[in-house]
Amino acid sequence: MAGLEIPTWDPETALLIGTILLEAIVLYVGYGGLERLFGPYLMKFLVGGEANAR
Amino acid sequence: MLDSLLDGLGILGTSPEMVALFVGFGLVVGVLFGFFGMGGSFLVTPALLMLDYPAPVAVGSGMAFVFGTAVIATLKHHDLGQVDYKLGAIMITGTTIGIEAGRASVYYLESLGLAGGIISVAYVVLLGGVGAMVTRDALKSNRGGIDHEAADKDLDEYEIPEIAKTIQQTVRIPPMVSLRGDVRVSVWVITAVAFATGLLSGFLGVGGGFIRMPAMIYAIGVPVPVAVGTDLFEIVFSGGLGSYLYGQGGGVNLGIVAPLLFGSALGARIGSAATAVVDADGIKIYFGGMLLIGAVAVGIGEIGSYVGSPTLELLGLVLVIGAAVVVAFAILYTTISSLRQKRHQGTSVTD
Repeated sequence: MAGLEIPTWDPETALLIGTILLEAIVLYVGYGGLERLFGPYLMKFLVGGEANAR
Repeated sequence: MLDSLLDGLGILGTSPEMVALFVGFGLVVGVLFGFFGMGGSFLVTPALLMLDYPAPVAVGSGMAFVFGTAVIATLKHHDLGQVDYKLGAIMITGTTIGIEAGRASVYYLESLGLAGGIISVAYVVLLGGVGAMVTRDALKSNRGGIDHEAADKDLDEYEIPEIAKTIQQTVRIPPMVSLRGDVRVSVWVITAVAFATGLLSGFLGVGGGFIRMPAMIYAIGVPVPVAVGTDLFEIVFSGGLGSYLYGQGGGVNLGIVAPLLFGSALGARIGSAATAVVDADGIKIYFGGMLLIGAVAVGIGEIGSYVGSPTLELLGLVLVIGAAVVVAFAILYTTISSLRQKRHQGTSVTD
């Protein structure tokens, strides 16, 4: 595989990718929490009455 | 200090209007990804190319977005027990080499000044091909994309496709491995599938799921939910490594990726919840149509760029984003309508 690059340690790039990883985990947990908190109210607003989407 | 760090990561270079556009586009892409389990992410790179980002930034940021999306989706599939870690670990090697070969090709073509054009042509062929296949299947037998009902079956209930059985019986080069769903296959078959899809990922900045999932089902023979979950797990690693390599070359712009991810994580929850309500078959034809429109749009944008017509370039961009928005709204509209209908029927029965 001539010309192919072997990854070398680069703190700035590691920080960049780590930031994306952290954002993804925070969003998974955060949106999950928001869904549990506000999901039923949102369903009530969208559908009207006691509806269950799940 | 913070300013220079944020600037170095590309955050400060994105205007508020662009951030809003990326959040909105991410939301749309997330709805499509959550609903169909694939497909949304490969609209991002062509859209970035049409917004005049250099090819390595469009591909690198597209890949970093795929990485973030895969992390979120893998966490969910892990909770459902749908990830084969052994299969994923074997695939990582082949995919890694494939991605690196694809990435090196992009930089080589960029040095020749051909990257944008060739990547766009590859997208036209790929989106057109997959779009035509999905549309044909949707019209013929309502197959294509992810079968939501199939994904709910037990792993033991899955039949191995004939082609996978033939491959398992023909290619018996040791070492052989046993996978979830009672599948026994040569490591070399897995590696070949991984390399081919990795090459595509590295070249186009896509997760490669829309090629890898059918390949895992039809070439390796694993059950659909395991193919989906393992594919996502594998994308976490391949996407992470690909993003790191692109990031080293300055190809990952956090000002693009962060808002896209912010929108898509929410959209994916909405799309995923919609699968419990809406029959996917009715919407698959729109999905196929969206891919076909995407192919035409990239072609129009590329012609516009070639002949120097900003109007054609804008038309291409509007078509790509417009097609995705229309399908996402179709999903939301159908979901809310179905919920209201079910509630109405429930009320009538009670009465």
